[in-house]
Amino acid sequence: MAIVVEARKMTLAERLYLPAVIKGMLLTLTHLFKKKVTMQYPEVQKVLPPGYRGAHRLNKDEQDRIKCVACEMCAVACPADCITIEGTETEWDDREKIPRTFQIDMLRCIFCGMCVEACPEDAIDMTDNIDLVATTREEMIWDRDRLLKNYDDTRNQEGTLGQVLRKSRKAFTRPRGDQLPAPGGPGGHTH
Amino acid sequence: MIVDPMILEGAIALVKIGILLGVVFTTVAYLTFMERRVSAMIQDRLGPNRVGPLGLLQPLADGIKFMWKEEFIPASADRTLFAIAPALILVPALLIFAVIPVGGEVTIPAFTLFGLQIQEITTSLQIIDLNVGILYILGMTSIAVYGIALGGWSANNKFTLLGGIRSSAQMISYELSLGLSIVGILMLTGSLQMSRIVDAQGTFLDWFIFRQPLAFLIFVIAAFAENNRLPFDLVECEQELVGGFHTEYSSMRFSMFMIAEYASMIAASALMATLFFGGWHMPFEDLVGPGLVTLYQVAGFLVKTGFFLFLYIWVRWSLPRFRYDQLMAIGWKVLLPLALLNVVFTGIWMLV
Repeated sequence: MAIVVEARKMTLAERLYLPAVIKGMLLTLTHLFKKKVTMQYPEVQKVLPPGYRGAHRLNKDEQDRIKCVACEMCAVACPADCITIEGTETEWDDREKIPRTFQIDMLRCIFCGMCVEACPEDAIDMTDNIDLVATTREEMIWDRDRLLKNYDDTRNQEGTLGQVLRKSRKAFTRPRGDQLPAPGGPGGHTH
Repeated sequence: MIVDPMILEGAIALVKIGILLGVVFTTVAYLTFMERRVSAMIQDRLGPNRVGPLGLLQPLADGIKFMWKEEFIPASADRTLFAIAPALILVPALLIFAVIPVGGEVTIPAFTLFGLQIQEITTSLQIIDLNVGILYILGMTSIAVYGIALGGWSANNKFTLLGGIRSSAQMISYELSLGLSIVGILMLTGSLQMSRIVDAQGTFLDWFIFRQPLAFLIFVIAAFAENNRLPFDLVECEQELVGGFHTEYSSMRFSMFMIAEYASMIAASALMATLFFGGWHMPFEDLVGPGLVTLYQVAGFLVKTGFFLFLYIWVRWSLPRFRYDQLMAIGWKVLLPLALLNVVFTGIWMLV
């Protein structure tokens, strides 16, 4: 059965609509003088939260060398398949491999940050650099030098995605196998 | 050589037309800018402020952009009508300005120019003072319907056609109330001549807004509907009709529609100022020195017109659009009877 809802009879003032019109117009008039929310972009830049997933960078170690060991974990983790790595052997005594080419196609990238999570060497990171502008598609493919330059540009940034992840990893990840107490508990082995 | 007074008057008329067209087109350009800035500020944004200081060169940039856009005419369009429709809206809108008095009479002292002796001449700041001024204005506003209807029909597109049909129905309905709301003023003035109507509002309390407040309200609402401005812009309501009658237009032809819309807004604002707010008459005219009084009056007229232009924009960003049946109901069932009542009451008031 249909439910009949009695509409309230409008008063004369309501039916004139003019009071409501004037009220609405006064409201818009006050907004005319309110503080504006527009941010004048190039001059004023937004402060991005820590862990913001902006443009990538390739971190450098203390000796200003590339940290990456070309293990391709990031390329495997990448859901958009935008990372291309070619490794090469190195003379450096602390590692065997470094990337010869390291390309990130910024047009394919979905900025999910999974490459940073996957990296075992903290070599790839995401910064608060959001100036991703180019006039050709080729320019949007960032090569090794471009990614290293982004490290120099954002060297002083606090709270890159990698730093934030490292902090939380300490807090949340379970201890690795070799750090577990021996089976059987602290009482020692029973034979 | 003394210049023949007839030639002199013609020359002065041409100069006045030139100045008026220049002022109107500049105002149109800056009205689009003002619309964008005010609409932005009402929505707590800033609006265009990058081109030139404070964004003041934005209209220029818009104009250049329009000129470089591709001029597209649909294959199935009626090319002749398609081409003249924008002009059919723009020209009547500009013609209205011919009878609007901007100021009182000014006397140009005799001077010599390139060996021509020009005698002292007195001229009013109005291009032509027709004795049927109001009728002329109503006639011109009616012609604008053709432009919209033909523009909508010639493009051979269902959206433009619907927009054009809506517009003709709407404009014809509201023209009645528009005309009838002025009748009260005509009864009080006893003339259709614009200068006589302005003269009838010499002192502040004589302004017709105080004697005909209801007529003013009807006139404003009907004028908004005539100009197809929100809350009556069913002609071009984006959600239903894409762009309405100008959906298929592009480049300079489209900008002509826009110029026409803004020009008719200026004309309507100038009319509101002239008919109800004393035209170029201002309060405290006696306090201003005799040399400056004309300047004061013209400035006052421009300020009044500017206020109504602001009102147009202000209303646009405050009120939602009417539904089509509501639009027709208001036009025929509310405004028309009210306008007739106003005529009757004015008559009774004059007799008593």
